[in-house]
Amino acid sequence: MANEVALTVNGLKTYIYTNNRCNRALDGVSFEIRQGKTLCIVGESGCGKSVTADSIMQLLPTLSRIEDGEITYHGPDGPVRIDQLPRDGAKMRAIRGKEIAMIFQDPMTALNPVYSIGFQIKEMLKYHTGLGRSDRHSKAIDLLRSMGIPLPEKRVNEYPHLYSGGMRQRAMIAIAMSCNPRILIADEPTTALDVTIQAQIFELMDTLKRDHGTAIMLITHDMGVVAELADDVAVMYMGNIVEAGPVGKVLRNPVHPYTRALLESIPVLGRGKDQEIKAIPGQTPDPYNRPKGCQFADRCAYRIGACDQMPDETQVAPDHRVTCWRYEEFAADAAE
Amino acid sequence: MTDANATRPRTRRDAQFDKIRDREAALAGTRQHTARFMSKFLNNRLAVVGFVIFAVICLMSLFAPLIAQHDPMSPNLRAIAKPPSAEHWFGTDKTGRDVFARVLYGGRVSILVGLGSALLSAIIGVIIGVYSGYVGGWLDWIAMRISEIFMSFPQIILVLLLVAILGQSLLNLIVIFTLTGWGGIYRMARARMLSIREEEYVQALRSFGLGPARIAYKHMLPNALGPIMVNITLSTAAFILQEAGLSFLGLGVPLSIPTWGNILNAAQDLRVLEQNWWIWLPVGATISLFVLSVNFIGDGLRDATDPSQQG
Amino acid sequence: MQPNDPILKLRDVQVHFPVKTGVFKRVTGHVRAVDGVDLDVRRGEVLGLVGESGCGKTTLGKAILQLVRATQGTVTYSGEDGETELTSLDDAGLFRFRKRLQIVFQDPHSSLNPAFTIFGSLEDPLRHYGVKTREERRKIVGDLLEAVNMRRESMDRYPHEFSGGQRQRIGIARALSIEPELIVCDEAVSALDVSIQAQVLQLLMELKREKNLTYVFITHDLSVTEYLCDRIAVMYLGKIVELCDAEDLYANTLHPYSQALLSAIPVADLDKKSRRIVLQGDVPSPVNPPSGCPFHPRCRYVVDRCKTEVPELRRFKSAKGEHMAACHLIDQPLAEQPLRTESP
Repeated sequence: MANEVALTVNGLKTYIYTNNRCNRALDGVSFEIRQGKTLCIVGESGCGKSVTADSIMQLLPTLSRIEDGEITYHGPDGPVRIDQLPRDGAKMRAIRGKEIAMIFQDPMTALNPVYSIGFQIKEMLKYHTGLGRSDRHSKAIDLLRSMGIPLPEKRVNEYPHLYSGGMRQRAMIAIAMSCNPRILIADEPTTALDVTIQAQIFELMDTLKRDHGTAIMLITHDMGVVAELADDVAVMYMGNIVEAGPVGKVLRNPVHPYTRALLESIPVLGRGKDQEIKAIPGQTPDPYNRPKGCQFADRCAYRIGACDQMPDETQVAPDHRVTCWRYEEFAADAAE
Repeated sequence: MTDANATRPRTRRDAQFDKIRDREAALAGTRQHTARFMSKFLNNRLAVVGFVIFAVICLMSLFAPLIAQHDPMSPNLRAIAKPPSAEHWFGTDKTGRDVFARVLYGGRVSILVGLGSALLSAIIGVIIGVYSGYVGGWLDWIAMRISEIFMSFPQIILVLLLVAILGQSLLNLIVIFTLTGWGGIYRMARARMLSIREEEYVQALRSFGLGPARIAYKHMLPNALGPIMVNITLSTAAFILQEAGLSFLGLGVPLSIPTWGNILNAAQDLRVLEQNWWIWLPVGATISLFVLSVNFIGDGLRDATDPSQQG
Repeated sequence: MQPNDPILKLRDVQVHFPVKTGVFKRVTGHVRAVDGVDLDVRRGEVLGLVGESGCGKTTLGKAILQLVRATQGTVTYSGEDGETELTSLDDAGLFRFRKRLQIVFQDPHSSLNPAFTIFGSLEDPLRHYGVKTREERRKIVGDLLEAVNMRRESMDRYPHEFSGGQRQRIGIARALSIEPELIVCDEAVSALDVSIQAQVLQLLMELKREKNLTYVFITHDLSVTEYLCDRIAVMYLGKIVELCDAEDLYANTLHPYSQALLSAIPVADLDKKSRRIVLQGDVPSPVNPPSGCPFHPRCRYVVDRCKTEVPELRRFKSAKGEHMAACHLIDQPLAEQPLRTESP
């Protein structure tokens, strides 16, 4: 079951149309999520990582559209083309929550303050499972207990404002995990939390992956989180995956200039005061006024004439791909 | 295109999306300043239309003696309740006065009452609200209680009281509207200040040691101005309607002075309402048009004072 | 004035906010945001103030600038004209010292006034400090923008036209405008994208060298602190639990809380992956801090003494100068005297 693919995304293009402008938020994105593995999508704000999650969940804003590409969910009843389902149709709603669950960045606003935590878990169970009333209650308590919430019998009837930030995020995960989904999408789940609480959440997500074989897609901007949790990693920049592969390969031998620059630009704990960090010059382009060709070209130290054209995705190794014209030089460089 | 759209029915929005996408694709790489300017201008088109209507009505009222050929006050017993004609554009009322002239002259008073009261109450409300909202403490407490007293007092009774004591007059009406109206703008200004106060740039100004009055009026007020402008225009409209309402009941401006409300007063008679539409319809339409135009201006002003909306 | 002399001395600084409940707004308790902090900021150093949200680091930063007044304790500034106790001055008296202490904020979106151009935002403090003519002010603002690697012409544009990193640089320019000696950076790079963060960090270091500044760098990001700071103070529930040289904190962590904090930080280096020490539970409420050592309910090494006795900050031996920690269980203090000797 370990290498079974849970979801494939192929050539996904999602454009967002606001203010009479077109933002090509995702411009051909492909990856797959495997059972029992964590795929980290890493990138800066505006790179399209959240749009990817929203496309999979069909939770895109009204003024947006999947232009091209396919999202295939490999469920127990055979593959389902998610991108072809009506956004709020019965089929999509059955997948959402039951098969693919999502947790959000801000646990403060993701829970409804007027209902108790227990009610919100039980509502999911009622909608997606055939459990009876008392079964639902005991299942909710079990879930909270497995998320490490103390005194779950008492806590189940409490309202979100009595929970701390870390506990709310755990309650969110409890809701997401209530129907035992095959895929968990986590959109920056710990950005709003403190590091010691973040460590608790990570511990929990590792357990889910190990014990339930849940496929996890984790969206983050923090390379540290990637190093800590990921099995596979996809680096995004301005709507494209610039480099993807197993975490060991991408972090140790990055072959895209952006991945390399990103890794060189962050201070790493334990390397002391003398570590050299190199800032990436310039800033991310205006999404409504994108450069032609490679999106990173303007900030890239290795720019050549060919960069005016978008390079194709190339396999460096069977499981390691990159979108860059000059990847061969970097690959040779990395191999040294 | 793709099979995604084959299963999902195409909607009008899809066509719209295609148009935007194709336009962007055609323009790729070239910066389009003109297109952005045009769209901004088009977005403000309503405000421009509003301003034109507003200006036309104001100017016509202001220059009423030059435009109107009849005296709005003098009755003409030979032309009682005549329908519109070349001589009397909007016809005449039951005492033979020219409705067109009355609407023009009435506008002078009505606009003065509406705009005057709105501006006065805004000035009072903003001066108190901005400072007390920023400084807080006992000053804020007192201002809040006073505004509550004024807002909890029934307006009609206040009007009756003042009319009984001072007699019906234009000035009294403005005073009453201002007294009862400043609370709304005060509260809004105060609420805006309370949220702006937490912004980091205000903290930064404090760390420079700038005085509270300077921070409140110079740095914070401009950020609260958008909603205040909208509120002024809305209350102008409301005051004009209130004046019309009070005059309709005979409590506002003395009946001898033509105002939009006093003209409408004639429609209290059911026969007038049914048979002499020209007596009340033009003035009713003028009020609606004026109020609408003022609201359009308000929306335009809000967009203009918010620099982040100038995308 | 030697470079290592303290520019600021904090002695037993406490900031307590009253908690009001009910219809009658009765005071039912106090949030002990900062609860007795002794700290020296040395001239020319970068002092990191780290801790989790709610540990009081931001409040302490504001108390240094007197944006929040300490409810107890003293903040003393020492400059060319001797020592001044800032906590005893009123607003008028503080005016002279506002010029020397400045702040850079976290949120690049709310730190600039959206209604004014950059020049409009930056000129008022200058006018306030006696730059009379508009031409002079324009020249100074232009120079400041160039100092933070931005174009002079940007001064006539509005904040919404700039990206987060650019706004943060403008925020730094504003703090520099009145030539302060000490700048409190309150999470100055936390809201920025990683690729922009490095630009701002390098700018801060450059400016420090050029203008001989002192920074108090408040952040929750220990990787940044280790790179940037000379000394680091770790705070927990309004108290400093460990204070030492930046590299020493990583190499020779003494306090159990600092250990857990360091181990919890995700490190972008696969070879440096260490075992996470996962702390149970949450940070207790600062309204009702635990008795004894504030960290004892979550501490792995807790003994009975921790539950009753508040540990003092004690000095320990270290290769890099002084190393202080507040824990009963660490052996061999350098001397049995607490830090606070001169305070009453």
